[in-house]
Amino acid sequence: MTAPAAVEAMPAAERGAGVHTQKLGMWVFLVSEVMFFTALIGSYIILRWGRSSPWPEPRTVLAIPVTALNTFILICSSVSMVKAYAAAVRDDQKHLKRWLLTTVVGGATFVGVQAREYMHLIAKGFLPSSGLFGATFYTMTGFHGFHVTCGVISMIWVTIRAFRGKYAGGKYQGVETIGLYWHFVDLVWIILFTIVYLI
Amino acid sequence: MEAAEHNAPNYVAVWAALAVLTMVELAVVYLGLPRRLTVISLIFLALWKALLVALYFMHLKFEPKRLLYVVLAPLPLALILVFTVIHGFRTP
Repeated sequence: MTAPAAVEAMPAAERGAGVHTQKLGMWVFLVSEVMFFTALIGSYIILRWGRSSPWPEPRTVLAIPVTALNTFILICSSVSMVKAYAAAVRDDQKHLKRWLLTTVVGGATFVGVQAREYMHLIAKGFLPSSGLFGATFYTMTGFHGFHVTCGVISMIWVTIRAFRGKYAGGKYQGVETIGLYWHFVDLVWIILFTIVYLI
Repeated sequence: MEAAEHNAPNYVAVWAALAVLTMVELAVVYLGLPRRLTVISLIFLALWKALLVALYFMHLKFEPKRLLYVVLAPLPLALILVFTVIHGFRTP
């Protein structure tokens, strides 16, 4: 496949960084997000391994199989996102819409399962006030869930735009930009799932 | 050929790898290996998965070098952030 016309038609100012400005902007934002999540994960590591009181085994508090399935759902939505991007690049509007819708459903399912998990945990008496583990668990997964929620809302907007034909004719940059955010949120979850649930 | 690879890596293969790695993670947790080995394996698997997402789904493998530097820049800073705080926490 050859590079779409839009890349060749890129204004000279956008050639400096070698990528279109929307993408560069998203990456710079994601880089700041790396620092944000590092602060959360770093605090967790320090609080957990630097403590003097015992830390509950996550496995005994959290439902690992359900969350593993939810992790898998998020990974699947990342694949559908990348499929949507590939469809946008080859100007395949039908598949673009279909894969974007799949991604919205996947992301919304993830948030739904997480909300159910919270309700279940709260009913069991595991609250943000339940010691350091409760506080850090809800802070980290809560901030991540907030990111996914923002992603789903943005993705709905992008899907509406796709249905209006805004990404037709090689104008796929918007899809690529939201895709980068989406994959980043997936990437963060891969790390969080391991650190908070499995270890 | 290069352009074709650039535009469409085998996403289904990456997806399958991520699914398998997630199952391996679960196996490691329930296998009851020594604690230290479990932790090291899980961190290794998580980084492997994260790398797959960044390289293929986020297309870092196919981006210009300059963008790669932008992306890699915060990683040493992130490590410094964590190690400095650990150091401050340990020192009375």
